[in-house]
Amino acid sequence: MIEKFIKIVSSAVPLPIENVDTDQIIPARFLKAVERKGFGDNLFRDWRYRKDGTPNPDFVLNNPKYSGTILVAGKNFGSGSSREHAAWSVYDYGFRVVVSSFFADIFKGNVLNNGLLPIQVTEEFLFEMFDTIEKDPTAAFEVDLEKQAIRNINKSTELQFDINPYKKECLLKGYDDIDYLLSLKNEITAFENSRV
Amino acid sequence: MEPTTLFDKIWDAHVVNKIEGGPSVLYIDRHFIHEVTSPVAFSGLEGRGLPLFRPQNTVATPDHNVPTIEQHLPIREELSRKQVETLTANCERHKIPMYGLSHKWHGIVHIIGPELGITQPGMTIVCGDSHTSTHGAFGAIAFGIGTSEVEMVFASQCILQPKPKKMRINVEGKLAQNVTSKDIALYVISKISTSGGTGHFVEFAGSAIRDLSMEARMTLCNMSIECGARGGMIAPDETTFAYLKGREEAPKGAAWDKKLAEWKKLKTDDDAVFDTEYTFDAVDITPMITYGTNPGMGVGVEGSIPTGDELAGSDKATFLKSLEYMGFHPGEKLKGKKIDYVFIGSCTNGRIEDFRLFADYIKGKKKASWVTAWIVPGSKQVEQQIREEGLVEIMESAGFALRQPGCSACLAMNDDKIPEGKYAVSTSNRNFEGRQGPGARTLLASPLMAAAAAVNGVISDPRD
Repeated sequence: MIEKFIKIVSSAVPLPIENVDTDQIIPARFLKAVERKGFGDNLFRDWRYRKDGTPNPDFVLNNPKYSGTILVAGKNFGSGSSREHAAWSVYDYGFRVVVSSFFADIFKGNVLNNGLLPIQVTEEFLFEMFDTIEKDPTAAFEVDLEKQAIRNINKSTELQFDINPYKKECLLKGYDDIDYLLSLKNEITAFENSRV
Repeated sequence: MEPTTLFDKIWDAHVVNKIEGGPSVLYIDRHFIHEVTSPVAFSGLEGRGLPLFRPQNTVATPDHNVPTIEQHLPIREELSRKQVETLTANCERHKIPMYGLSHKWHGIVHIIGPELGITQPGMTIVCGDSHTSTHGAFGAIAFGIGTSEVEMVFASQCILQPKPKKMRINVEGKLAQNVTSKDIALYVISKISTSGGTGHFVEFAGSAIRDLSMEARMTLCNMSIECGARGGMIAPDETTFAYLKGREEAPKGAAWDKKLAEWKKLKTDDDAVFDTEYTFDAVDITPMITYGTNPGMGVGVEGSIPTGDELAGSDKATFLKSLEYMGFHPGEKLKGKKIDYVFIGSCTNGRIEDFRLFADYIKGKKKASWVTAWIVPGSKQVEQQIREEGLVEIMESAGFALRQPGCSACLAMNDDKIPEGKYAVSTSNRNFEGRQGPGARTLLASPLMAAAAAVNGVISDPRD
């Protein structure tokens, strides 16, 4: 089971950088745990902390002006490795939505499997979001999964987004893929037998 | 019948079920696992009280975390040791074949699969590692998956996947001497960008591709993920069959003949349509090197870093941020720049042909005194071959030492970290910020480019 996702109204954290890769989201040296917990502490580790381990005040996560459960990032977010630790770290930090104008495939699949919603928006809508947040860091955005819509409340603009209907159903109900695959055991075994 | 692609033929033959408007249930023939992306999947499976559905279709090896010296000793770093021990215990409990550190077949997961003949044409292959695309060189559908999907394969030998779009990349003509498949990969990514292949599965075709050896094909398919594609593949041919024949896990006798007949049918029909298609001319490709912090930021070794004048807004900011990290300036020439480290190895370029290329160049020369070089074979078998062919003597008399197999400095999870601010010419696959260690500056290139850099101590053209 994953956490259900229905609707969120929240301010957003801006990260207007393109091609944010999985090594920036969570560097490989923090992948050594054998349990799935605590990865949020190392989200964007090398941007978030200085070499001496103190927080880098210039990085957005350390700026008290910005908060919320929506992360807004530049295009091609999540490229690189298949490490699901990247999705875990974004989720564990407290984000429930990632908005970008383009996502890398594996990352997109991974976040969906963890109850985190990736929303692909137009460049225009993305820049408007960045602009809105810059002018008012408390500006709220509404994400409605049922309607497949994201709304910039300050600007009264709204955009429909795409999501695979199966994945949408999983998020709305909190189902994961294993529940479904287990229900197919007989079909899978029959498939194996048909190939011998 | 409607003409279909190689990808369609293999995909369609593995669909167990299809969810209306949703993903397909895809049967997985081979599942490779390693110590980093599997532990949470094992605990998830056990938490649900489920057995591992098909342990005999699973193969394990520890590679990401392992030291590349003194492998006979316990791993010193506690967390790495714990991950490797956890993999061993999980494999014992679930009866999964594992090639551990002391095993004669140990190595990087994407090196040992092909080397042992486990990887075969027409298969579906997954692993919790994006460079699983390597196995596509055999005409297989092979791609990286997340840990949730590793758990799905453990539980059901299937995963749910939407069918990707299809792309064909043709490279026609003859490659010039000293130009390798790594250069093809870096050239193509520099042209179509690191997101050019997103949403697609790539088939590489054309006369330059058919001329490549199996190992060179693996390097190219390995790098297909770096253009954003889920994977890359090449239709199997006589080169593929000759490579496979006689390997440990390859079919033998009558079973070989039967499989061979099936494999020979695995090709794209003449009139099949791709969603996207590119064609490149092999003569345009020269030895490549990257200058930035993604694999698409590459140029020919004689070229210059772009000026970025045509960029604006966040594109320009991202470009300049990247150059600042690298300590480079727009418009600069790369050739002649001093370097500090050289890394030969990884699932991209850690096979015997890569070490032969390297050894052939450095033979009778000397390593530049200020360069630290890490020469890391991709597997025990590659290490053995390097020794048998006398390449170690060539390396040693040129001032290089051979290490032991593992992923090593490609992602620097073990002790092989490039220090902050240092320049490393690396045969690996990613030049992301901090990839080879915090603050490390990576220049991706072929083993031949790396050899020239190691000897001259500066970025050099191996054709000079």
